Amino acid sequence: MHDVALKPGVAAVHEESRTPYYFVWVVLLILTGIEVVLTYNQVFAPVRMLEVLMGLSVIKSALIIFYFMHLKFEIARMKWVLMVSLVVCLTLMFVFFADAFRILSLGVK
Amino acid sequence: MADVAVQHSVVGAYEPSLFGTYSKKIGMWLFLLSDSLTFGALLFAYSYGRISTPNWPTPFGKASIVNATIMTVCLLSSSLTMVLGVLASKKGDHKATVKWLLATMFFGALFVVLHAKEWSGLIGEGLRPFSNPWAKGVPQFGGTFFTLTGMHMLHVTIGVCYLGVVALRKKWLPILLGIWLLGWLLTPATNVFHIGIHVLLVVLVVSAMILFFKPKVYDAHDVEIAGLYWHFVDLVWMFIFPLVYLMSTKVV
Repeated sequence: MHDVALKPGVAAVHEESRTPYYFVWVVLLILTGIEVVLTYNQVFAPVRMLEVLMGLSVIKSALIIFYFMHLKFEIARMKWVLMVSLVVCLTLMFVFFADAFRILSLGVK
Repeated sequence: MADVAVQHSVVGAYEPSLFGTYSKKIGMWLFLLSDSLTFGALLFAYSYGRISTPNWPTPFGKASIVNATIMTVCLLSSSLTMVLGVLASKKGDHKATVKWLLATMFFGALFVVLHAKEWSGLIGEGLRPFSNPWAKGVPQFGGTFFTLTGMHMLHVTIGVCYLGVVALRKKWLPILLGIWLLGWLLTPATNVFHIGIHVLLVVLVVSAMILFFKPKVYDAHDVEIAGLYWHFVDLVWMFIFPLVYLMSTKVV
């Protein structure tokens, strides 16, 4: 069971508590529960529901990226380069939604 | 010709990393960035179809939603065990690291099994890549569903095997061989996973090549990088679950 060898002295560089990770895990589970309850009770109309669910998903993914993936502990340059490039590229894809709504209101031509 | 001499033996001769971390981690982040665009494109394509099609099928009843919720809990729990494994590796605790990695693999494998069960049920009901029994005018439902969830299932499968290589090294190979053989022989020939499970054979060959041609002792950095990949797989599911399952819930 000793297949993962470790570099001596690494622990001294970055000693962390487990508590925040348990907290984040519980918050993620609660947010998942909220998503399921909202959907099953059909609290919102479909498009509004999609917006709410995606909003909750963005919060969940931010928690995963910054805590579980440790981006919180990286230097500012790393954070900005990664997040800005990701958000810009994904935001550009929103251009297609205008066509999806056009089809919904006008039908396929 | 030799006007510029580089003294490699001098400690600190190289410039510090531009991003303040080691190159393997930057490499993994760049890979994840490109992979997020792949999944982004698939998610946007699914959303496009969902928005532009009023009679989009809603086949996921209570059993499916419960199943998908348990799958989500599995992935979230696997992310917790993974981060605990990374912490253990940083503290130099060998046994705890392997224990947490094995726990992560267990949750990941459970996710794949539950997902395969879900797929088999939907295929049994008549869902195909170009047709579905619920809405005749929406042939794209099956194609987009199978592509998106199948791509994610493939990532989880590769992630479990990746963690197996890091945690167990060469001991992982006979285990993976056994899983592949058992899975192949026990899955009915009519089931899609009777063929699909051969992905494990490909992963087995690749894992063996890595472990035999480039053997190494995996350190805390390798565990952290494997963790980045695993958390990314979890992150993608946080969008697939609401978009594919919750937005297509069949409420009686």
